[in-house]
Amino acid sequence: MHLKATLKLTAAALLIAGTAMAAGEHPVTGEKLSDNQTFTYRLLDQFPTLDPQLNEETAGSHVIRDLFEGLMIQDADGNLIPGVAESYEATNGNKTYTFKLRDAKWSNGDPVTAHDFVYAWQRAANPETASPYAWYVELTSMVNAAEIVAGEKDPSELGVKAIDDKTLEVQLTQPLPYFPAMTTYATLSPVHKATVEAHGAKWTDPENIVSNGAYTLTEMVLNEYHTREKNPMYWNADSVIIEKTTGLVINSETQALTRYKAGEFDHLEPLPAGQFPALKEELPDEATSVPRLCSYYYAFNLRPDAKPEIQDPKVRRALTLAIDRDVIVNQVLKGGQWPAYNFTHLKTAGFEMPEIDFAGMSQADRDAEAKKLMEESGVTDLDLKLIYNTSESHKQIATIVSQMWKQKLGVTTTLENMEWKTYLNIRRDGNFDVARSAWCADYNEASTFLDLLTTTHGSNDGKFSNAEYDELMAASKTSDNPNEMYTKAEQIIADESAIAPIYHYANTFLLSSDIKGWPYNNAENNWYSKDLYRVAE
Amino acid sequence: MLSFIIRRLAVAIPTLLILVVFSYLIMYAAPGGPFDAERTLPPEVMANLNAKYGLDQPLIVQMWNYVVNVVVHFDFGPSYLYKDQTVNDIINQGFPVTLTYGFWSFVVATIVGMTLGITAAVYHNSWLDYLAVGISIGAQVLPNFVMAPILVLVFTLWLGWLPGGGWQGGQWEYIIMPVIALSTSFMASIARLTRSSMLEVLNANYIRTARAKGLPMRRVIFRHALKPALLPVVSYLGPAFVAMITGSVVIDMYFSTGGIGIFFVNSALNRDYSVIMGITILTGALTILFNLVVDILYACIDPKIRY
Repeated sequence: MHLKATLKLTAAALLIAGTAMAAGEHPVTGEKLSDNQTFTYRLLDQFPTLDPQLNEETAGSHVIRDLFEGLMIQDADGNLIPGVAESYEATNGNKTYTFKLRDAKWSNGDPVTAHDFVYAWQRAANPETASPYAWYVELTSMVNAAEIVAGEKDPSELGVKAIDDKTLEVQLTQPLPYFPAMTTYATLSPVHKATVEAHGAKWTDPENIVSNGAYTLTEMVLNEYHTREKNPMYWNADSVIIEKTTGLVINSETQALTRYKAGEFDHLEPLPAGQFPALKEELPDEATSVPRLCSYYYAFNLRPDAKPEIQDPKVRRALTLAIDRDVIVNQVLKGGQWPAYNFTHLKTAGFEMPEIDFAGMSQADRDAEAKKLMEESGVTDLDLKLIYNTSESHKQIATIVSQMWKQKLGVTTTLENMEWKTYLNIRRDGNFDVARSAWCADYNEASTFLDLLTTTHGSNDGKFSNAEYDELMAASKTSDNPNEMYTKAEQIIADESAIAPIYHYANTFLLSSDIKGWPYNNAENNWYSKDLYRVAE
Repeated sequence: MLSFIIRRLAVAIPTLLILVVFSYLIMYAAPGGPFDAERTLPPEVMANLNAKYGLDQPLIVQMWNYVVNVVVHFDFGPSYLYKDQTVNDIINQGFPVTLTYGFWSFVVATIVGMTLGITAAVYHNSWLDYLAVGISIGAQVLPNFVMAPILVLVFTLWLGWLPGGGWQGGQWEYIIMPVIALSTSFMASIARLTRSSMLEVLNANYIRTARAKGLPMRRVIFRHALKPALLPVVSYLGPAFVAMITGSVVIDMYFSTGGIGIFFVNSALNRDYSVIMGITILTGALTILFNLVVDILYACIDPKIRY
């Protein structure tokens, strides 16, 4: 099969590229632009690193997206659009990808070449780099990735090579139709070899850093703030409107809200728990709730040596049915979250929700069935240990759920809260009956959730194991129609009551009404400063 | 005196070593490690991380290497959390911030606290006394995590006079609110201590004698009463000064000052071993140093004390 996917720039982007910004009007929308093109936002915590290959989790990813541009990037709706790559071609049944690179430059004027990508990707897999996200390189199925991470092969044997300065060829061990989408993630961003080698761990300091994204890092004070300013060397710099972006680290929720109201910054996320309705009323043009691809659930301990009562699917189903999710979503969280009856977030791209029987029932019917199931199982005097990490909203939910179980089923619950790392350790060791858990998507596809419940997944802390489920998920990897399999997998989770889903996340935030271009429809909440602009008021 | 100082500094070295050993052991006894996260890392990735940071070595070897690096190279190692930073970088950035707002808090707390305390004692049972006592009790019961949001609400949102947080290299408008929030409760303690000890001294026989001789009140207070009255206050000021300059997580959290306090707490929560150790040693060394300074001050104030 020979598939050629040449990517085109959108008409809008062409228009932007050809127009000067001096007119004070937005080149596409014609809105009058403010003279002040700065954007300031709040960070809950200091991100740990700006080194794309060392980055983990989501904390610093939005900064890295501004500073380093990968082969592909996302537009405001989350669609894949070309970044440094101009086009790509998939051959050999989606096992070979050839990317054609555009004429892009590093912030010091050097050209961005295919060799920069080869260097960065080898660096990510290299055991000496010790990247916590080295597994991401393994996930891409690049030839020899797993062996290199395990120290069995040399990084130079990774399945990626520069055919010439502008052509990058990637070899995969299995066909991955979504490989180009994986190149948007920080781990696969290019880095400037000479800079990394000259400055070691300090190469990301503002005085050393060389980047290829729309912005460069100009100031960095840990736990206080950082600034990034427009990169004149960026290939599409003419279309970039925001001149300077500042991230302020503000740990305290109350301080952040007060300072936002005082006009000190433009974007505040997340909002204090439960305050969204009041803020929406107070600041209707600024308060927003959008989906966030994370699912909140209670994991049952299904290890063979765990409490025998919860090995009975009837008991698990009774416990699941007895949770009134509407109370949790509407009276505790109040931020536009969705009650969940399945695992995968309902807004995940392409995901088709299965017909889960109890999703359509009234809570009274669920409660009646739960009581009946509990009687059938013959379990009495059940006492469960429910663990959660210390947090006000986890505590509220745990308290409510334990009351529901007590009142409806006569099940008593011992709540145990602990600080994060202790909780992770105890959950991993299986020292619980029920554990508060949550999972956030790494990419916008259902397998990012559903893989977690396969037998060998490192974060399957409830140790759910089902052969049919494992087969489905393995087959989905190379299937042309994986969504059908995901729906079936969800059905197994529901039939077995593998977990008790509770809610699907929403992201609540405040954004100044003069900042435009925010990607409200990007389900992964991936934003780029280059897409934003401030209109004159 | 000199031999006393040398002796005290000599004792400081084994004290710090014991501190290092105990902190190391307690730190390792805490469940979880620096690289535990929601996502369990595959074993080969975890092995690479442990190898890079030397965590695959036996504990005793790790401790030995650590002490050698600190003593010989004055290198506290890389941070496990902030991967682009070393512990030296973090302390270099955070400690001057903490030192600045801690120092000014100390100055404000001491001057205001002593003034309030002396006024209250001298005008005992008058309205001035009640006012001073009222202020110090009010300041004492208002913890800084309550005061910080109130300050920002009033001075930033309502009045618009001061920025709500940040440090910006220590410009004065960024220092005011942290100093008020940090100094208040210390100020209250100093005021109460000064007042009670001053009252005690003012009732002493030699003060009565001085007044009976016809000395003016001001001279009685500043010449005869103040020095002995300040002894208990000085012994409080030493630890208070260390507490203020070694960082307040509340101040750093609420005012985004980027001081050492927030790093200390975050490092403990994240099991960022090298940062925990670095700041522990810094705090320990400062505590030892300022206890010594207090002892020397004692000798200057109280002629009965000789070392």
